Amino acid sequence: MQQEVLLAMVAKEPSYGYQLRARLDRALGPLGEELNAGHIYVALGRLERAGLVSSERSPGPAEWPERKLYSLTAAGQERVNAWLGEVGWPKADLAEFHLKLVAAAAAGLADPVGLVDAQRRELLRRLRDAQRAAMEEADHSDAALLLEGIVLRLQADLRWLEACERAWTGRRREP
Amino acid sequence: MKEGDAALLRARSLRKNYGDGEGLVRAVDEVDLDVAPGEVLVVMGPSGCGKSTLLHLLGGLDRPTTGKVWLNGRRTDQLSERALAHVRRTEVGFVFQAFHLMEELTAQENVELPTLLAGRPPRRARRRAVELLEMVGLTDRAGHLPSALSGGQRQRVAIARALANEPSVVLADEPTGNLDSAATLEVLRLFESLHGAGLTFVIVTHDERVAATADRLIAMRDGAFVDETRLVGGTKGNLADLAGLGA
Repeated sequence: MQQEVLLAMVAKEPSYGYQLRARLDRALGPLGEELNAGHIYVALGRLERAGLVSSERSPGPAEWPERKLYSLTAAGQERVNAWLGEVGWPKADLAEFHLKLVAAAAAGLADPVGLVDAQRRELLRRLRDAQRAAMEEADHSDAALLLEGIVLRLQADLRWLEACERAWTGRRREP
Repeated sequence: MKEGDAALLRARSLRKNYGDGEGLVRAVDEVDLDVAPGEVLVVMGPSGCGKSTLLHLLGGLDRPTTGKVWLNGRRTDQLSERALAHVRRTEVGFVFQAFHLMEELTAQENVELPTLLAGRPPRRARRRAVELLEMVGLTDRAGHLPSALSGGQRQRVAIARALANEPSVVLADEPTGNLDSAATLEVLRLFESLHGAGLTFVIVTHDERVAATADRLIAMRDGAFVDETRLVGGTKGNLADLAGLGA
């Protein structure tokens, strides 16, 4: 996860680490389970050294006196604004699988249609898992929206595999 | 054990031809199939692969050119029209892409209809409809006409109607074909809970999302089965990766 995400989470108001964690949990639902709190404090330390957040110790409860309240600095605010304007998008690495099929067919190493079938099973299992997680979410929760994104991307990938299957089945018939 | 036992729904050498001579189309071409009680079987394939025809043969909406079909151990392909109609009403529940609800009847009246048509008393039909609408989460929409319901709600009414006479199997033809992404999830969630309650499903679809809910997934091309898969295994850890949260 990019450091800008955490930075933007601080933008709402000066926050304690545990509050940031709670905001991330709400937005990510079951996908946030693996995010560990230690990681968030390490990242906050890094952001502070970079001058993007500042912290002050607040008089917390006796059992946890080290509690730090983080706020965005002017530089942090600027970074968040720049990040919001970015339109970069995660790449889908389709070329690798495409070339796998081409190479397997050319060298006679494997049946491309068989490779497509195996790949489809794997993606269907992922789709099943994503969908099950989505079914357990309350409608309109932030996490449900994220899971819908995963489901729709997998669906798009499966449609491409269908096109691959059609094409390679056709080529198999006319050697 | 005699042929036709054990499986809830069974087909052997099922074939359906349309036309003849040069124009002969083998819509279903020598299909063998066994559906176990409680199973969710999904048949997936492109449009025109014969999957809808297959569903019609299994549910007695159409008769095979050759081959045999058993439902609950009884041959259905050679029943009289009248006996077949009775089987369709009482042993099979149908769900279609276009919902096929009666537009001038309320949700509850639509769900009551199959029970009334089966000759049961109106009070019983009403009680069953109320129960089913509650199960599909539409108690507060019981008095609405289909036109006042969303696509997902209409399909849930259609599913409740399909269950009215406690069928042993639900046959669904592209049940999510007219639904957006959120409504698809509504319907799949309902199928999942019905599956959990032990209901048997045969679903034909080209929707990958429906396919992913299958216990057993069959790929159909040009009237024949070409691949069969059980979707077992896989981990939740992948999900975070898929969302870009990987370490």
